[in-house]
Amino acid sequence: MAHRKRFPGADPLNLWGNARGGSGSHVALGIRSNGSRSEQRRADGSFSADPPAAHAYTHARARAAAAVSVDAVSRTYSTLPDARRTRAARSTQSIPALADVSLRAAPGELLAVVGPSGCGKTTLLELICGLQAPDAGSVTSEPAALMPQRDLLLPWLSAIDNASLALRIAHQPRAQARARAAALFAELGLAGFEDARPHELSGGMRQRVAFLRTLLADKPVLCLDEPFGALDAITRAEMQGWLARALAREPRTVVLVTHDVEEAVLLADRVIVMCARPGRVLAELDVALPRPRARTDAQVLALRERALVALGMESAP
Amino acid sequence: MRWNRLTNVLPAVLLVAALLGAWELYVDLGGVEPTLLPAPHAIASSLWENSDLLLKNFVITAKEVLLGLGLALLSGFAMAVAIHLWRPVRRAVYPPAVGSQAVPIAVISPLLVFWWGFGIFPKLIVIALICFFPVVVTTVDGLTAVDRDQHKLLRTLDASRWQAFRFAELPAALPAALSGARIAVAVGVIAAFIAESQTATIGPYGGLGREIVSDESALQDPRAWAAATVLCLFAIACFYTLTLAEHKLAPWTNRPIGDQP
Repeated sequence: MAHRKRFPGADPLNLWGNARGGSGSHVALGIRSNGSRSEQRRADGSFSADPPAAHAYTHARARAAAAVSVDAVSRTYSTLPDARRTRAARSTQSIPALADVSLRAAPGELLAVVGPSGCGKTTLLELICGLQAPDAGSVTSEPAALMPQRDLLLPWLSAIDNASLALRIAHQPRAQARARAAALFAELGLAGFEDARPHELSGGMRQRVAFLRTLLADKPVLCLDEPFGALDAITRAEMQGWLARALAREPRTVVLVTHDVEEAVLLADRVIVMCARPGRVLAELDVALPRPRARTDAQVLALRERALVALGMESAP
Repeated sequence: MRWNRLTNVLPAVLLVAALLGAWELYVDLGGVEPTLLPAPHAIASSLWENSDLLLKNFVITAKEVLLGLGLALLSGFAMAVAIHLWRPVRRAVYPPAVGSQAVPIAVISPLLVFWWGFGIFPKLIVIALICFFPVVVTTVDGLTAVDRDQHKLLRTLDASRWQAFRFAELPAALPAALSGARIAVAVGVIAAFIAESQTATIGPYGGLGREIVSDESALQDPRAWAAATVLCLFAIACFYTLTLAEHKLAPWTNRPIGDQP
């Protein structure tokens, strides 16, 4: 399964991923995976070890029903990067991003999280991916790969080299990595663009390459952070259909963060509705509808309405 | 295409021609003593008459410039990487590196000659000392330019710190380092002049810098100016060679817009 390459120890210089120059009190990047398939992050930032005893193992099995499980998690950012701030600034400003958030995603489930900006969606994904630790509560997840909001393709790599980046990182030879990505390129309508550089691709194509890169990380969980937020409405509709087909071919557990209620209802098995500042779960909707779903379907519209009501954007009928 | 290339070169040619014309007129109309400022035609004829001597000296200077720049690029790049990766190094090395740029070469050149004699090596040290700094500054900026989200993404793809460096930071720093090199090359030629004039050389040919110094004192002004002309042309050639190298080494920086060098 996924080849887990661990990061070397805590980053003593605070360079790795963390902002340089001493900020970064709010991102605990010292966390490391312990290499087990399922890993638990505690509020103190430590990991539980591999199940050492039988009872712990049973416990893990009981939880294994969920691929992602977030329990009563709170996360507060402080705007105070370090002690160099003035005394007045030092005492101020802590911003709660998540307050007592719980959610679960079963293996193979597509869970959508909708909410206004500032509801801690990105924080939630970073917690699941192990890029942050919660202040309270716990996050348990199978290894997760992140598809960030911006595509963040490397401009010096061709599309196919960008897509197969995870394989190169896992020390596969370049030719082999490219061959594996090439098969998916054809399937996902990117054939002929293997050697194009990112700036030569359209927005929709870049997102597809970014999605492939996430997919090829070979992790059971995909965290998609507003994957189509920057696209125009038509491309966006195309991409939604495309994502549904791609996931039908390569089933994964998906946590899809979006601010588009319709997108959530069209794609997800379950929709979590959140509010902002602090991020809280307002409602949870089951979308037990057959696929493919039509935007104009009465049940889709009804669910969309329910989500909007939960968000307070539409008055209850 | 051909027309395009012509329009690229034309403005520079016109500008230089205009400056030369004004210069020629200024000297010919008696604005200045020809011993102070020879007319362009005098320089051109001196260039022609002394081409053999100038060529021999040019070869020496060119070797110094290229080797010195190579040394500056290597040491500057290595220092930038060390500064980027180890914060204590950044804190320790940056202030002295900045300070080194303010040390007059005349102060340290006797020491360099004392250590390494009259050969090429002390000159390379002088050139490298003058040229490494722009490379350090631009490369550090290039390495730091990789944003946090990119690092986070690489982490979820299980990249090690080293892999993040290799896949993201190093390529990001390459065009920056080459920009630093382009600054360095422009300074490198004058650095060679300083190196040659400040450290003694044994033998008939001491490079164009030494040539200029001895011509100046021997009232051979047109020849000194001819040597300076050669230095200028060399600096231009180096600069554009590096620009070309950047296009080859970092092709992702050439967007299909504009014709900037």
